[in-house]
Amino acid sequence: MSYKTLLFMPGNNPGMLQSSDILGADGIIIDLEDAVALTEKDAARILVCEYLNTFEPQSDIFIRVNPLDTPFFYKDLEAIKNLNITGIVLPKVSVESMEALDKYLTENNLDFKVIGLVETALGLEMAMDILSRSKKVIGVLLGAEDLTLDLGAKRTKESEEIAYARSRIIAVSKALQIEAIDTPWTDTDDYEGLRKDALNAKELGMTGKALISPRHVDIVNKVFAPSEEEIKHALRVVEGVKAANEKGLGAFSLDGKMVDAPIIKRALNLLKMSGDYKEEYDGLLK
Amino acid sequence: MHETKITKMAKAGSVESNDILVMISPGEGKIDLEIESVVYNQYGDDIRKTILDTLQEEGVTDAKVIVKDKGALDFTIRARVKACVKRGSEQDEL
Repeated sequence: MSYKTLLFMPGNNPGMLQSSDILGADGIIIDLEDAVALTEKDAARILVCEYLNTFEPQSDIFIRVNPLDTPFFYKDLEAIKNLNITGIVLPKVSVESMEALDKYLTENNLDFKVIGLVETALGLEMAMDILSRSKKVIGVLLGAEDLTLDLGAKRTKESEEIAYARSRIIAVSKALQIEAIDTPWTDTDDYEGLRKDALNAKELGMTGKALISPRHVDIVNKVFAPSEEEIKHALRVVEGVKAANEKGLGAFSLDGKMVDAPIIKRALNLLKMSGDYKEEYDGLLK
Repeated sequence: MHETKITKMAKAGSVESNDILVMISPGEGKIDLEIESVVYNQYGDDIRKTILDTLQEEGVTDAKVIVKDKGALDFTIRARVKACVKRGSEQDEL
């Protein structure tokens, strides 16, 4: 599953929880951390459990737990361990927190996936090491608000201050073959700014974007969705590879251009994003 | 069945739309339940049943409970009652 959109939902807000599944996001991140007041952590855990034990959301559900260095980390994990969720978003990732989470999931035989939230300077510089610590990691999410705070940088709509962070996150994600999820756009009313920001992130190599407003879902889904033309081209590449393999050819040309491994890989990635990927394509790059 | 003793006043939830504010305090030998709801005429009996069932599940047989409902679904009512019981029956531990 490739997540074009991952929508944050406050864990202690019943109205938002009960409507979260119909908003069109590929995945929902139910937040037990920043969106929940310190005095309401217990109530949020209970509410999230009741919600997920009552409904069967069609979207993939992730839960952002509180960080390891709070009294809530293990309480969150204990509360959610029996829920039918896709995975956990681990905030302020560090070597220690990733190892602690991996140990907990392994000891409890939990098949949860993990998305690491990089939002500190140290986390950014050590991202490769941190995210390699657990085989359960399927993605990395850039948290630019906390990161720029840590960097002492001014957060702007142009986002030049996070250009390095974005590129580093993308490089790490490609090296580890995990998803690269971009930071949310925080101006809930600036749709054109959102579209440009999402497009910039996509062109840099991000595979999706986290969101804090339901009104952002459609715009970002459109930005990250492959066009029909791109899908058609990718399918032609794949069919060409199959035909070339049958003939014992190592390489072939399409529309006058040589098709080699990077182009095939790009086509396969695009088909994964569009949902047109088939199991029979698994061996095409071997 | 376990029994839970309410030892102090506590509240959980809110008066935001789709939520319910639940307040609990030590009772006088029975469950005393007051309900105020924007949908009382339509769903008052259902709200009462959900609250009483949840209190029973939590082992509470002696408490005064006051709720202000703003159209909460059952899962929210159960969650807020459970949180309130937890807060009213033990040391504060978030």
